[in-house]
Amino acid sequence: MTMLDIRNVTKRFGSLVAVNDVSMRVEAGELRAIIGPNGAGKTTFFNMISGFFAPSAGDIVFGGTTVTKLAVTERVAMGMARTFQITEIFPELTVRENIRIGVESALGFRQRFWLGKRQVAGVDRGIEEALTHTGLTGQADRLVGELSHGDQRAAEIATALTLKPRLLLLDEPTAGMGEHETYAVANLIRRLHKNSAYTIVLIEHDMRVVFNLADKITVLGEGKMLAEGTPAEIAGNPVVQEAYLGKAE
Amino acid sequence: MTAATVSPNTQTGTARPWLTAAIVWALLLTVPFWLPMLGGYTALAARVLVFGLAAMSFNLLLGFTGVMSFGHAAYFGLGAYGAGLTLKYIAASTPLAILAGILLGGLAGTLFGLFIVRRRGVYFAMVTVAFGQIAFYVAYSWDSLTGGYDGLRGFSRAPLHLGPLTLDIVNNDKIFYYFLLAVFAIATGLQGLLLASPFGRTLLAIRENERRARFLGIPVERHIWMSFSISCCFTALAGALYALLNNFADPMGLHYSLSGEIVIMAVMGGMRAFWGPLAGAALFVILQDTISSMTVNWMSFVGLIFVLVVLFFPRGMLGIFQKGTGK
Repeated sequence: MTMLDIRNVTKRFGSLVAVNDVSMRVEAGELRAIIGPNGAGKTTFFNMISGFFAPSAGDIVFGGTTVTKLAVTERVAMGMARTFQITEIFPELTVRENIRIGVESALGFRQRFWLGKRQVAGVDRGIEEALTHTGLTGQADRLVGELSHGDQRAAEIATALTLKPRLLLLDEPTAGMGEHETYAVANLIRRLHKNSAYTIVLIEHDMRVVFNLADKITVLGEGKMLAEGTPAEIAGNPVVQEAYLGKAE
Repeated sequence: MTAATVSPNTQTGTARPWLTAAIVWALLLTVPFWLPMLGGYTALAARVLVFGLAAMSFNLLLGFTGVMSFGHAAYFGLGAYGAGLTLKYIAASTPLAILAGILLGGLAGTLFGLFIVRRRGVYFAMVTVAFGQIAFYVAYSWDSLTGGYDGLRGFSRAPLHLGPLTLDIVNNDKIFYYFLLAVFAIATGLQGLLLASPFGRTLLAIRENERRARFLGIPVERHIWMSFSISCCFTALAGALYALLNNFADPMGLHYSLSGEIVIMAVMGGMRAFWGPLAGAALFVILQDTISSMTVNWMSFVGLIFVLVVLFFPRGMLGIFQKGTGK
């Protein structure tokens, strides 16, 4: 089953064409990595998928429904969750409260002024689940703003997971992290993919992470699709090596 | 754990929320007994309650939704006029007057809120000021109804009838104080429940990070609108109580200078602490009372103290007891 079908999407900002006629299909359960040099249009591409802005041309089909012009909250309701290059969390709340807000939103309690005992128990179960899933149980009652970079990222992912998303979009999950933290976050993503069968699309600069995790890789350059294939195919692709990998090493 | 057992302060990191609440209630309940000994008078404590409620209601927006309104006097003043006009022209009923005040100020805020929730920051603050000034000039110019510049006079709060019991809130200022305190308790109790509810947490979410809130499926604009509307209803309630306290309503109750004073109370007292704005209102009202008897320039002293508090205690008076990331 195709989870995400992007058809000839283009985004113009004035005279600049940030994304130029890109198509991509992601199957359910797949882990897709999007790579490309700076300015390749990766984040713009991501922003169109998640609903930050609509494409200038083309269509985005998510789980069989065209979502091209839908708002962020509507896409979230359909099962799309996203993390950001610069971690977006609630810094002055604890990890538990961060996750609680996500769980309550996912359970449709957003506008409730009161919860019964059973509902509170359901919320608490969801929180514990998200905490164990991401290995944050020990940090649950600390303010997120006080955590290490890697744990903040894990908390952001945990919060996104509360939505039980059908599609998880991760924008540079290991950006700005050291060796150890990168390893931990990569492991978390691998668990989510292998053990929990999440469909994941991620943008990533760390090539070891990309080639270790991805089922397929999409390479963007100057807004255009340069190549698409398995890690082995991409590694051996001369166009990619010239445009991207050669320069990066 | 049900919602009621979670104090809103646990989310803002106060070390001992129950201790703060216990101290606040112990002080408020005993005010009429010790305040005269310190040279105060009960009506002063009543003013603290009224402005404390206004500042706490305003703070639902500033402190707990992260939205800055600079025109909350509009809803305070409309609440006052709603109560005064009801007592003067419709019925000599205190509960009805309060209800009418909430309705007038609350409805105005709810309707106005619809148009401004997409604005942010300075733009939001500026349109709220503009609406406040519109309300001010309407009250100022509509002589035949509001009494214009001189204010609305010729009404008085009515005794309360609770079944066979009649409370003389008209002549006995202690009984009136406890009546105000009961209303204050209900209002702040509801605010506490609101902030501890799932809806209240979405407001904190919006304050903390609007983008993340949106990406968790929270319709940010709608929730800001609801928060604005609720905040205006409570502020209007404070205004209605103010009209009852003074048996008087005037256009200055709608003026932006009062909006500014409400902001000062909330920030000075601590906008991240549930009771912070009440502490700020207490300090403000007491300073106003003591310094204004010495000099007409009392506001410059209040201003100086405000600057000192903001410089040395950026989290406000009650913020000293809070933990946080030190932002």
